[in-house]
Amino acid sequence: MTIYGVALLAVCTLLGAYFGDLLGAALGVKANVGGVGIAMVLLVSARLLMTRRGDLPSDVRLGVIFWSMMYIPIVVAMAAQQNVVAAVKGGPVVFLAGTLSVVVSFFGVAILGRAKTPPPEPNPMRDQNESERP
Amino acid sequence: MTGIAEKVIAGQGLLIAFAVVGLVMLVSNFMAHRLTAGRIHGSAIAIVIGLALAWVGGEATGGSKGLADVTLFSGIGLMGGAMLRDFAIVATAFEVDVAEARKAGLVGAASILVGILLPFIVGAATAYAFGYSDAVSMTTIGAGAVTYIVGPVTGAALGASSDVMALSIGTGVLKSVLVMIATPLVARLIGLDNPRSAMVFGGMMGTTSGVTAGLAATDPALVPYGALTSTFYTGVGCLVVPSLFYFTLRTMIGS
Repeated sequence: MTIYGVALLAVCTLLGAYFGDLLGAALGVKANVGGVGIAMVLLVSARLLMTRRGDLPSDVRLGVIFWSMMYIPIVVAMAAQQNVVAAVKGGPVVFLAGTLSVVVSFFGVAILGRAKTPPPEPNPMRDQNESERP
Repeated sequence: MTGIAEKVIAGQGLLIAFAVVGLVMLVSNFMAHRLTAGRIHGSAIAIVIGLALAWVGGEATGGSKGLADVTLFSGIGLMGGAMLRDFAIVATAFEVDVAEARKAGLVGAASILVGILLPFIVGAATAYAFGYSDAVSMTTIGAGAVTYIVGPVTGAALGASSDVMALSIGTGVLKSVLVMIATPLVARLIGLDNPRSAMVFGGMMGTTSGVTAGLAATDPALVPYGALTSTFYTGVGCLVVPSLFYFTLRTMIGS
């Protein structure tokens, strides 16, 4: 039943929202703290549990996957209801924050990507890992 | 006639929103393929169109909810509202393969944490420089520099104002578009030519649409490695930015 997948997703999201609010209250803020992240962990755990106990029915999967494929369109709808008129006034913030963060992150890739990759060593490791996979 | 049309609009707003967003996606994907030869992801164009429509709606109505303030498009408010947004974002975690994730290992995990922290600092500092000096606004704009998903999730959690949310999303969208365009140009410079550096790249940049489109334009063989780490990025960002980063920042600036 496809609805099982949708219901699973709904329960995980609701529990995430609840625990996120609970965590927020525990930390003394009137805010949801990491609710979406908690819900994601619950959903992945639920999937692992189901896969371990047998195979995951494809229609249950369909109920969840449909919504994951809807996420870009939903983000588009979210973008369409923002207060852009007000944001345009703060234009330079967007330009500077966006551009600088990309430049800084590119530098991070250059440093982290090279620093941890001594050329001769990781290659046999990687080949080994890949050949282990069917 | 108009009476009947009004009744349909009033009662079926969500369906109108589905149709409108579908049309936006269609136009965006067409533009992505025909005008940019697939270099810019259709979803990035669609989000820019969405923001443009929000601007039009805001100018037309003088309201603060963009296109959703126009009666005909009020369903956009439900479709893009917090409930369905969180629902869909949680759903994207379903396909995360834990075994695959372990392969990315320590470097991948480290790159995600550094990759979230760096743009957050840049975004929050920029916000501060432009007078958004309260902890909630700085965190929300810093979160936008992480990704355009982490931005609004954080803003909604902390109760940021709508204009700060729009700045946050705008920053994230710009980052995503820049990653798509600039990645093939700087790939050689930053050593992006093997699976391991692609995993670091995915974890550092994080924006999945930017990472996958940027890597596809660089070397299609690297796409799955970048996607692997970037899938975790938004989830980890949604977890740590509105909590750990917010509290740390609030303690630092003391407001």
